[in-house]
Amino acid sequence: MKEQLAYARSVVLPLRAAELRAEIDSFHVEYCAALDANDVERWPEFFSKEATYRITSRQNALMNMPVGLVYCEGLDMITDRALAVAHSQMFAPRHMLHVLGITRVLRETGDTISSQTPFILMQTLVEGPSTVHLAGIYHDRFVREGARLLISSREVVHDTEILDTALAYPV
Amino acid sequence: MYQSQAVIGITNARKNPPLEQCVWPADALNNIPDWVYTSQAIYDQEIERIFRGDTWNFVALEAEIPNPGDYKRGYVGATAVVIVRAEDNTISVFENRCAHRGAEFCRSSHGNAKEFVCPYHQWSYDLKGNLQGVPFKRGINKIGGMPPDFKNAEHGTRQLRVATRNGVVFATYSDNTPPLEEYMTKEIVEEFDVPFSGKKLRILGYCRNELPCNWKMYHENLKDPYHATLLHSFLVVFGLLVPGIKSIVFADKEHGRHGYMASSKPDQVYATVAADDKAEMRSFSDNLRLRDERFLDYEREFDSPWSANMMTMWPNLIVQRQMNTMGVRQIIPNGPNSMVMQWTMFGYEDDTPEMTRHRLRQGNLMGPSGFLGLEDNEALKFVQEGIRNSSTDNNVVKLDAGHQGTARNLISESCIRSLYEYYRAVMGIRIAENAA
Repeated sequence: MKEQLAYARSVVLPLRAAELRAEIDSFHVEYCAALDANDVERWPEFFSKEATYRITSRQNALMNMPVGLVYCEGLDMITDRALAVAHSQMFAPRHMLHVLGITRVLRETGDTISSQTPFILMQTLVEGPSTVHLAGIYHDRFVREGARLLISSREVVHDTEILDTALAYPV
Repeated sequence: MYQSQAVIGITNARKNPPLEQCVWPADALNNIPDWVYTSQAIYDQEIERIFRGDTWNFVALEAEIPNPGDYKRGYVGATAVVIVRAEDNTISVFENRCAHRGAEFCRSSHGNAKEFVCPYHQWSYDLKGNLQGVPFKRGINKIGGMPPDFKNAEHGTRQLRVATRNGVVFATYSDNTPPLEEYMTKEIVEEFDVPFSGKKLRILGYCRNELPCNWKMYHENLKDPYHATLLHSFLVVFGLLVPGIKSIVFADKEHGRHGYMASSKPDQVYATVAADDKAEMRSFSDNLRLRDERFLDYEREFDSPWSANMMTMWPNLIVQRQMNTMGVRQIIPNGPNSMVMQWTMFGYEDDTPEMTRHRLRQGNLMGPSGFLGLEDNEALKFVQEGIRNSSTDNNVVKLDAGHQGTARNLISESCIRSLYEYYRAVMGIRIAENAA
């Protein structure tokens, strides 16, 4: 998110990037599968203890505005969000489908990987068509914990300037 | 999302009557007919009489346009306007429509400009919306061009009157709108001045969503304390609002059009709810507890009895203060069956970085993904969908019947009744004679 979303060249060599991309793909396949199964209570399992998570518009990101549609500091807040959505929130039943584009691996420093992955989030309401609910890019930082990756920072930056009604589930 | 609604969600013709068929039921105070929310003719008249009538419409915060030349796109009702700070530091609001062929000339959401130039034929306007230049005004070699009697002064943009109070900018189409403070009334000014004391604001960000509901439902929702304890289990569970805590639902004394719903959070983190009340609230849960309780920290920063105050200022502004998260929401009507909500979240320029983060954490309550905002948005959509094609056509607002205006009781619809009494007068809507 440095220089307000300006293009920055990857500093990872292509073969290494491909290797890391495969690892991040494996992560995303599970991350999206959990969310697409509406199993929001599993969502916190993909984050490290100190992780931060924010969903914000491209407009906010460009203007350096810190606000988030969802704004979590730490795994506890992420877990609170998951529990609240699963157990206390009222909204129409829906299915979400995450469609991800190709991950750009930007940087690898020790156990930390920075990357960007474009996404399209489809939403289907009862009796409804499938609509593009949100389109944007994940700006991520992953950390290695044993054999798996965990998110230490995810900024969901969406291009969509007007949201249809509400965003119930995390992205 | 929008295309499919146009095909699938067509409103039944009976729910879209012309004005002459819009007659309020005889027991007017206690009933609201569906056509109030679904008639195109009613909507069109609302634009004329309310949004372009004698009302002050919120358009911007001064902190968004701090320097000369700063501008932003905005709306008055559904009409696109530009809000600009001119070289002399005054703020102008004018329609985003070229006087020549109608093009919406300002296309960037915000920026800094010395003038506005319509891209179609390059007519240019100054920062107050006055027409400055017309290319080839005298033709080429004196052939063609505007007639000699064409005066730039007669062809500016449509300019609105502007008023500000402590950094909040309002505009009106009408010459008859009273001064802003008089329009607001004394008690509303006092509550308005709590977050807007003149202290410099810091904008924290924006969000925008479309709500498939009539714009008036948003006002009603904030005059309806009944839903707060029932729909928002989050509020109840975490003790932000429970039956019996100190609260008020206030309607302005003059018209009942502005109002606020305020409450005072008890000191303990979690609510204790009497067994009888629990039984009435299906959504109540004894086992929901936060892992990160910073979320509910409340730093008293104002001299106010209320820890939360949701204020509605007719016709298009909501001022939100819930503990330490603050924002303004602007209602942009979008036909009878839809509205756009623009949220602007803010803190203060002298906030510490930790206070800013605290406000952002608490911001999870609000907005289209907020623990409260999400549910309101969903519920209002359900209402609009329910009324558009049903065979019945009436809404009952009888809670706390016999009372109108300010309520000190959460199980009351007295403020909704007073709003619609005012509304009927402005709209000139007839009440049916009693059949009996």
